[in-house]
Amino acid sequence: MTVPTPPTTRGALERREARLAWSLLLPTITIVSLVIVLPLLAIFWISFKPVGLADLRPVAPVIRESLRERSGEMVIEYRVRNSSQQKEIVGLGFTDTVHDGVTLGVLPEQCSVDGGALRCDFGDVEGGFNERIRVPVTLDGDPDMLEDIVEGTEPAGYGTGDNILTNSEFTLDNFARIFNGDEFWSVLWATVFYTVFGTIGALVVGLFAALLLNKSFRGKGVLRGLYLFPYVSPIIAVAFTWVTLLDPFSGSLNALLIQMGVVASPINFFGQRPLALIMVTVFEIWRYFPLSFLFILARMQSIDTDMYEAADMDGASPFQKFWYLSLPMLLGILSVLFLLRFIWTFNKFDDIFLLTGGNAGTRTLTVNVYEQAFAISNIGAGAAVAVVIFATLLLFSFFFFKYISQEEGL
Amino acid sequence: MSVLRQGAVTAALIGLFWAFVIAITVSVTLSFASGLGFRPGGFGCLILGFAGGLPLVYVRDVRLVISGFVLLCVVLIFTPLSPVLFQDNVPMHWQLLGVVAFGIFTIWPLNVMLVEVHPGALTRHAFEDAVIRFLTGFGYIVFTAVVLIPFYVMVMTSLKSQQALLRNPLDFSIELSRGWDLFRSYIELFGQFNFGSYLWTSFYVSVLTVVITLLFSVPGAYAVARLRFQGRAAFSRSILLIYMVPMIVLALPIYIVFSMTGLRNTIPGLLMIYPVTTIPVALYMLQGYFRGLPGEVEEAGLMDGLSRLQVIWKITLPLSLPAMVSVSLYVFMIAWNEFLLAFMLLDDPSKFTLTRGVAMLNSSEIPRQHLMAGAVIATIPIMALFLGLERFMTKGLTAGSVKG
Repeated sequence: MTVPTPPTTRGALERREARLAWSLLLPTITIVSLVIVLPLLAIFWISFKPVGLADLRPVAPVIRESLRERSGEMVIEYRVRNSSQQKEIVGLGFTDTVHDGVTLGVLPEQCSVDGGALRCDFGDVEGGFNERIRVPVTLDGDPDMLEDIVEGTEPAGYGTGDNILTNSEFTLDNFARIFNGDEFWSVLWATVFYTVFGTIGALVVGLFAALLLNKSFRGKGVLRGLYLFPYVSPIIAVAFTWVTLLDPFSGSLNALLIQMGVVASPINFFGQRPLALIMVTVFEIWRYFPLSFLFILARMQSIDTDMYEAADMDGASPFQKFWYLSLPMLLGILSVLFLLRFIWTFNKFDDIFLLTGGNAGTRTLTVNVYEQAFAISNIGAGAAVAVVIFATLLLFSFFFFKYISQEEGL
Repeated sequence: MSVLRQGAVTAALIGLFWAFVIAITVSVTLSFASGLGFRPGGFGCLILGFAGGLPLVYVRDVRLVISGFVLLCVVLIFTPLSPVLFQDNVPMHWQLLGVVAFGIFTIWPLNVMLVEVHPGALTRHAFEDAVIRFLTGFGYIVFTAVVLIPFYVMVMTSLKSQQALLRNPLDFSIELSRGWDLFRSYIELFGQFNFGSYLWTSFYVSVLTVVITLLFSVPGAYAVARLRFQGRAAFSRSILLIYMVPMIVLALPIYIVFSMTGLRNTIPGLLMIYPVTTIPVALYMLQGYFRGLPGEVEEAGLMDGLSRLQVIWKITLPLSLPAMVSVSLYVFMIAWNEFLLAFMLLDDPSKFTLTRGVAMLNSSEIPRQHLMAGAVIATIPIMALFLGLERFMTKGLTAGSVKG
């Protein structure tokens, strides 16, 4: 008698199921690769390129045509220009149609007529190239029609400019630039401060909010909805409200503090070091405590009340119950939330960008991407910062997966 | 510790702290409501804190203590020991309102907090209960104030005129005499700044994002939840990994490609990106829900001759309607609130989404109340959705909040 063993090969049914699964996933995989994976690869490529914002405009020939009269003779004037001041164009030239009835005079040396088409070649030209050539013309028939006929067709320019994004020029300057000097340390410090305190703050404040609402009373639903407001409303609305509220000249908070006699002169909350960094962190806590609050409250309400009754019988005081019973039960959700929020706070861009624009010592890594790429117009350096962010993130997610797999339900 | 746990000491300290909390609360509330000058008075609070806490422990008749306390507060208006101090221009009835509010909101909750406190040494249980009641009351006030004040300021600023704002930044009283002119900022935003069109753009972009997201994520989520294939675990993980990639990292290459292909400044371009940022989170939320559905129903469907796609359409989807609502709301919220991509990819004012339109208002040439009115316009629709469908929304937030 043989012992029955499970089949070692994959059966037809199993293969069919796998095929179906992949075909259901295919649209998602395609679009996600296109919009997320491809840009991620691109950012690595760009980070090694000396590319600025201006390089995004392609280098191309610009041809202008006009009809002029010079010493009693009609000429067509072509103005040929390189759109870039720095980059060369290889094989620059243009073609234009020669219409019936139009006779061209002596051609400039670059040009030739070939079967009804005028063709002029300039070879390789430097950046800033700008030249005029004139072709004398005569027309059989009505001279007034000449202008319409000549300018009726546009000359077609050709020639290939070197595109910095696709050529083989690489550089490490971008990385050297962003890792260089005090600026990097200041960015790193802002990032670490914002991430660590923003995360811990939101967790602790969320825990307090959850403790407040972990009992039933009238109006609990209203309060719970209210406490979620900061998270639900558009970032742009709440960020600008904070800026308005804390404005040093017309802000209500400063007016209030002065009236209460707390401070003598207005405080520039978002404009001075190190207060600005503290304030953006406070904003982060304010905006994201609802999230931890929601999770922690859900977990609290699923804790068995028997345990607390038993503790009451044994004479535990309220703080003891919190410290020895609730907190250990919440540790799981707290650690998961910590990891998640840590990563997301690290990734945060909009908040700081809208509050301070990265000024006054609040420039975190993510804001630095924007700063380098768009404010300083150095796309390559921006990409290099993005690569640093991505690398850090991979490190975080390693921890994330290591610990989150123990914590099911999320 | 043991000194603190004497009934009298506990009552006095809690009374003191609570009196300060209420004095500050009343001053801030009345300042914001009237624009007049109120501030807490330190000595008054000190005295009234003791005067509130101690009698509650020693005097049996609670009603006597409460009315006596409020009376004392009113009398103190005329001395420098008033718990709430006033600037000279504050009329008598506001003073009275402030002090009576202070009196009631101090003594009445104190009575509840100190219910277990009696003269002599307290048990640890009674002491901590009193402290916790104090902290709870304190917590309610702080949280509510901190959450509400920015929204209050946002709405009220949008109703003010520029001169009124500059004259007194604290004055948020509504000048009802201005009539419809109160809504001038809103009228100008819709009239001159094209906000009607931004509202519509934001709306249809968000709805289309929801639709596209669901089209992609429902089949994907079903496959991950129900079908067995190699690489399922790896796929689940890579979904999570992908939606941890920050948008700013992706925005740079997307900006470059869109600039070169002419997709910048187009709504279709935006619609190519938005759903992809939400598909991973939607897929993750939905597969969690699909897993919780009983598989037997679907198997019965399969036995009766339905194909897999029919099973999804006729059985799984109707069963998961609540989850679909939650996911849709969550995705709608993300798309509606999205700022970074709209900011980077849209320059043409005729194609702005609402968030981009509000960002445009943040300039020194445009008055503050316009900016705040823009913020209110952006907030109201999402708030209305949230309050109307809070149950679904909360579920969506909890399930999807791996994303920030």
